Amino acid sequence: MNVYLDLFWTFAKIGACTFGGGYAMLPIVQRELVEKRNWATEEELSDYFAIGQCTPGIIAVNTATFVGHKRKGASGGVAATLGLVFPCLVIIMVIAAFLQNFAQLPVVIHAFNGVRACVCALILSSVLKLFRSSVVDKPTLAIFCVVLVLAAVGTFVTPPPGAAGAVLGFVTSPIVLVVAAGVAGLCVRAAKGGLKK
Amino acid sequence: MIYLRLFFEFFKVGLFSIGGGLATIPFLTDLGSRTDWFTSGDLANMIAVSEATPGPMGVNMATYVGFHLRGIPGGVVATLGLVTPSIIVILIIAGFLKKFRESRAVDAAFYGLRPASTALIAAALLEVCSIALLFHTTAGPEMAPGSHVPRTELFNWPAIALAAVVFLCLREKHLKKLHPIVFIAASAVAGAVFQF
Repeated sequence: MNVYLDLFWTFAKIGACTFGGGYAMLPIVQRELVEKRNWATEEELSDYFAIGQCTPGIIAVNTATFVGHKRKGASGGVAATLGLVFPCLVIIMVIAAFLQNFAQLPVVIHAFNGVRACVCALILSSVLKLFRSSVVDKPTLAIFCVVLVLAAVGTFVTPPPGAAGAVLGFVTSPIVLVVAAGVAGLCVRAAKGGLKK
Repeated sequence: MIYLRLFFEFFKVGLFSIGGGLATIPFLTDLGSRTDWFTSGDLANMIAVSEATPGPMGVNMATYVGFHLRGIPGGVVATLGLVTPSIIVILIIAGFLKKFRESRAVDAAFYGLRPASTALIAAALLEVCSIALLFHTTAGPEMAPGSHVPRTELFNWPAIALAAVVFLCLREKHLKKLHPIVFIAASAVAGAVFQF
């Protein structure tokens, strides 16, 4: 089979079989890529996941690009990534189209109100897990608190018109907060002398 | 040019959301508040659908938002916007993989980025909770939780109780191994049966 088609098809299967993304897809990726196809070793895969976590973007997409790139260069990376997202596109569009037609039915509204409550619990549970792995000492706790307060203000306070509102909008924007936190991490480590070899 | 705007907005989401699919949620709440593309109520529904369907959550969210706005081309454009920064960044890094992995500066930046990403998700959680567990006038007319009850009521007690039950199940040793879709399906049934 054509190499690109093979990449596309393999990652389409992975995309269709994983729920939730991130580490949830690791077992399926291992079976498909390491055991069945020998496209990557266990070590390479764990490297890809580690780098996927510390680069921008969705971990699953980053991993697909890595493996595709290793097989067939840049165009291989694109083929693998398109394969990964293809089933999502189809499935979500079918569901979204279906929901658009049935969203007005009382039973659908009630069901979704129940599901929303469930989503709160699911996200809270994930946040607690993330908190344990990301907040490891006092500086990271400080970053967590500052970002949480600013992001919550940005979410719930409508900025007043004028310069004050513009400043408030800027310091509570998620992009600004992410960049500032990265710089803060560098500064803390530099102050501790952790950047020298 | 709505498609260009859609691509650019999701390009930004892909570029700045660090980690898994949940990390896209704060950027999407921000996007929803800056545009009239979707309400926070829509977003809560999209999160539920994205968690309950296969595929990386971030990709599902992008497809859903794009489709919601402009049908099939919208879904495709938003998804391509989301994955483009990943492709570019990874193709660049793939050349000097080892160096990147061992760089102390990268490690230090991510030491700061991880708690920030967690905090952003926590803030987004507060917004989702306020939509799902409180009565609102802003939650979108067609999906307003409990729109049949007087507005003076603030807390949606049945929803709070359901969220608490699911949360306790997620901490229980045997139940937490179950797939999230089980909890989502059970909650949909509970919502439909008890008329949330």
